[in-house]
Amino acid sequence: MNPAPSGQVAPNLALILSCILLTPLASAGLALIHQGLGRSRSAAHAMLATLCTLAIAAIVFTLLGNHWAGYPNGPAHTLQIANAPWNWLGALPYSNPAQTVLPALALVLQVFTVGVAAIIPLSAGTDRWRLAPICLATAVFAACIYPLMAHWVWASGWLSQLSANFHLAPFQDFGGAAVIQVPGGLMALSVAWILGPRRGKYSDGIATAIPGHNIVQVLFGCLISLIGFIALESAASLLFGSALPEQIPALILNAVLSASAGCLAAVLTTQIRYRKPDASLSANGWIAGLVAGSAGCQWVSPPAAILIAAIAGLLTTWLVEILELRLLVDDPGGAISVHAASGLWGLLACGLFTTQPGNSHTNHILAQLVGIATLVGFLLPLIHGVNLLINRFLPYRTDRDGDWQGMDIRELGSGAYPEFVIHADEFVPR
Amino acid sequence: MKLIGSLLLISGWLIVLAALVMLQALAQRAAFIAAGFGTEILGLALLTNAYTALQRRQK
Repeated sequence: MNPAPSGQVAPNLALILSCILLTPLASAGLALIHQGLGRSRSAAHAMLATLCTLAIAAIVFTLLGNHWAGYPNGPAHTLQIANAPWNWLGALPYSNPAQTVLPALALVLQVFTVGVAAIIPLSAGTDRWRLAPICLATAVFAACIYPLMAHWVWASGWLSQLSANFHLAPFQDFGGAAVIQVPGGLMALSVAWILGPRRGKYSDGIATAIPGHNIVQVLFGCLISLIGFIALESAASLLFGSALPEQIPALILNAVLSASAGCLAAVLTTQIRYRKPDASLSANGWIAGLVAGSAGCQWVSPPAAILIAAIAGLLTTWLVEILELRLLVDDPGGAISVHAASGLWGLLACGLFTTQPGNSHTNHILAQLVGIATLVGFLLPLIHGVNLLINRFLPYRTDRDGDWQGMDIRELGSGAYPEFVIHADEFVPR
Repeated sequence: MKLIGSLLLISGWLIVLAALVMLQALAQRAAFIAAGFGTEILGLALLTNAYTALQRRQK
């Protein structure tokens, strides 16, 4: 990717700042979706966990992660391997890292994007992931895991230098599929593996449906997320890509089409499979469309954006079922399918449906495959190793009583809806 | 099985990196990257299988 030169950033400062200020709506929308898809007995815990995650991610990233994430053409640690400079890690000074406009804007945007990535796994751990390990895992994620992909893809790291160093096309991810969505989704997979399913999810060998407690909130969260995703993709494209302000309308159109196609694909699939559209899977399709479209956001044509998102919607509904029924992975919010699988598909689709001047199509697809291989082959083992290590010292899962009572009573002492919610099974002898 | 799966994931990534460093021809690179991907898919399948078996035992 060709980063925006500093001289290009200053005239667009108002536009970039406006986009950055709307980016937290992506977190707000995802938080509503995660909370609505969980049980009512853990609703307050889910929202508090989201707030704590956003707070810790912002603080830790500013103090530690930002120095390793860096910014385009900023100071970096470089290794010379096979006569090629491998830009592995940012090397920003710890004192006042945001002295000029580009590093300052990069820091402010990423204070929000690291939060978006960090709240994705909360959805997979709904109803059973304790608050203390959530906070610790978020701190490690914001300090050590997120900055790696942020630097490699957005800040002139080795993935964005594949063209100069290895005569491939540069790895492209303008809207954060590889930096935000897939790392968050892989973290969700690791957390779901470690936590195991919710108690009562698989009784007598059969998967039991545990429906979300507030589907209206989930669908409203989708609408909020749309604005947040558009803002995030616009800000990232202007800052880290080579986008110009006049390309932003195309980006907005593609994002709206992606969300629409993903949602409609999920509605149609569930209508055909279950004879009625499924609201929660349709919401997942909406977000999956946005995620898949984020990699190539302003560079794909509108018909291609629709096709990419429709495939993501289909993929999500299919994968949610496979994960739940065949692989016994209990992911209440569908984060693994929506963020990891759709994000990976979006990265591949970016190579399939876009062209880069001066690079062959094969080179472009290979570059995208190198990025995908890095996410699956390097980032997943790293994330899983870190989670296993934290789980050893600070167990992720709540105890048996917490599982039945709900995380609200167990960890917060009071419920989200104390006046009108009664859980009959709390009084059943066990 | 979990350890082997994780090692295969990392090995697949290293094969992809090796293709970048050691090979120049497009066809050779593509073949190595495909091999790396195959290794990663095998590793992911092993890891997934290990956790599915674990959940099945706990059920």
